[in-house]
Amino acid sequence: MSNVYVADKPSAAREGRPSGRLLEVEDLRVEFRTRDGVAKVINGVTYHVDAGETLAVLGESGSGKSVTAQTIMGILDTPPGFVTGGEIRFHGKDMLTMSAEERRRIRGEGIAMVFQDALSALNPVFTVGFQIAEQFRVRRGMSRRDAKKRAAEMLDQVKIPNAKQRVNEYPHQFSGGMRQRVMIAMSLALDPEVLIADEPTTALDVTVQAQIMDLLGELQRERQMGLILITHDLGVVADVADRIAVMYAGRIVEEAGVYELYAKPAHPYTIGLLESIPRIDEKGQQLRTIRGLPPSLLRIPTGCPFHPRCPMAQPVCAEKVPPLLQLGSTRASACHFAEELVKRD
Amino acid sequence: MTESILEVRDLVKYYPVTRGIVFKKTIGHVQAVDGVSFDLHKGETLGVVGESGCGKSTLAKVLMHLEKPTSGGVTFNGQDIYKLGAGGLRRLRRNIQLVMQDPYTSLNPRMTVGDLIGEPFEIHPEVAPKASRRQKVQELLEVVGLNPEHINRYPHQFSGGQRQRIGIARALALRPEIIVCDEPVSALDVSIQAQVMNLLEKLQDEFGLSYIFIAHDLSVVRHLADRVAVMYLGKIVELGSEEQIYERPTHPYTQALLSAVPVPDPNSRHNKAIIRLTGDVPSPTNPPSGCRFRTRCWKAEEVCAREVPLLELRSGSDHPSACHFAEKREIVVSHEAGELTELPTRTL
Repeated sequence: MSNVYVADKPSAAREGRPSGRLLEVEDLRVEFRTRDGVAKVINGVTYHVDAGETLAVLGESGSGKSVTAQTIMGILDTPPGFVTGGEIRFHGKDMLTMSAEERRRIRGEGIAMVFQDALSALNPVFTVGFQIAEQFRVRRGMSRRDAKKRAAEMLDQVKIPNAKQRVNEYPHQFSGGMRQRVMIAMSLALDPEVLIADEPTTALDVTVQAQIMDLLGELQRERQMGLILITHDLGVVADVADRIAVMYAGRIVEEAGVYELYAKPAHPYTIGLLESIPRIDEKGQQLRTIRGLPPSLLRIPTGCPFHPRCPMAQPVCAEKVPPLLQLGSTRASACHFAEELVKRD
Repeated sequence: MTESILEVRDLVKYYPVTRGIVFKKTIGHVQAVDGVSFDLHKGETLGVVGESGCGKSTLAKVLMHLEKPTSGGVTFNGQDIYKLGAGGLRRLRRNIQLVMQDPYTSLNPRMTVGDLIGEPFEIHPEVAPKASRRQKVQELLEVVGLNPEHINRYPHQFSGGQRQRIGIARALALRPEIIVCDEPVSALDVSIQAQVMNLLEKLQDEFGLSYIFIAHDLSVVRHLADRVAVMYLGKIVELGSEEQIYERPTHPYTQALLSAVPVPDPNSRHNKAIIRLTGDVPSPTNPPSGCRFRTRCWKAEEVCAREVPLLELRSGSDHPSACHFAEKREIVVSHEAGELTELPTRTL
């Protein structure tokens, strides 16, 4: 099952769905007002996802990748989190200025989310069938019985064996991989156009991770969903993504197609990340590392947030924030020396 | 071959499963580790890989003598460690130390870094006289790449990677010969993980340490290990050098495991041979008869349900494998073109 579907994606595939940009995030800014001060968690994030496309948002802990997703879903804890600027447009309409009711209608049907830890995301005192069926009852006005039947169908779609029986079981009766399938079934129940998967396989073993990623890819192709895959795993990204946005300290530092990015990263942070992972397919020598630590979001360095750790840093990097500039038509990088990086051999 | 420093023979650890509160009745056993044997050589790194629930961490606890095994033995420098008295055990602990997975919960938040790293000296005062302890701790901080001036800080003032360095410094304090690392980098971010892995390698060269490196991340283990043991449901299914396991695996489980690891190179997505296992790992309370992997194995035949395959050298292979039908498979993690293996699942 090689993932050859990548190339023939955009135009042909969009039948039945409205065309144009599905979801656009523009210059989003979020801060957390804490006792220790204001943490600027997201400092101008811009990305978009189209129908049938997989955008991977790559970053380490604290880079703001999950907070961006929470803000899109409208589940940001306020306080301490506050959106201080930017737009999130779904089919061209800004969700941040919508009424709560309008926004609620998009949630589930327009945009749905799969969380990392399925055990804590599911309610332990209700059967999984009830939790999935609830959406059909509330949003589609179905009877209890029909809703439950639909819930069993959903479980069947995510390839849970004996779906008819298992629909009556509780979350603790499922294994980790099966629980994640339940989560996926639940998020897909209302047939969303965009699915945000926040580290969907991080808590799973590799053989199960492979099953879940296959399943997500399959369902996405069937439904022509836009998929935002939030992860820190460079291996998973290489396997499934079409485009990648690399985040660091609440900013996108590089955005590119998956082949370009792995072949020739155009930001020193991306280069550092790719060099610092041990690889399964070769026995390497000493690993290169990125020196130092990610910055505290309470005290983000001036200029380029990566400059204290950057091997290429020049005086200008500490003074001026490098904007995310286009390099050619398909990629962008937020480094003062991006052009030189792309030109190198 | 260099001499063995640790010999593990037929190690078994069962945990009873009980029912009832007053009249406890044992209704079964979790067979966490079931007949594990291997040697650890001086100065080498033995990687132990497997999925959650395969018994990796129980193995670490039993090797550390934190738990008594149900049966079997571990010999350290010619002595059975489970037959040692209190004094002997205390001397043993100087030589085998543990680095734990979670740097957030394994350090007491109310102790300073100096107290944390210096505590081993309280228990083993013969290693460092009281007057020199502070200096020793500062040396250790320097060795693991932390600022010696931070000796009076508390764990919460450090990041995850730095805390893991504190854990490593504490394990090094008594100059052990063996360090058991239980998932030492899995809680860390990618860029920090590389720093800690390099540190572990540097320390091994500097102090001639032997590591037992337990991890679920096969790429990390490949990078650090000289030899690798693959575990499934409490048993070692394949044991060999890093190259033998990663380039020429013969056990179907090893092959499936390697095949499932995503390669960080998008060009490999078109031509990677993929073996996909179906289902989940069975419960260790009631493992399948015969070969424990047979319920998920595409090669399983009737003999697999009947006979437990021993970990032994099989024909056509250069390292031991616990499969009746062990055979080489070249394409597992290579980039060469290969077909997807269809997996007919058989019920026995």
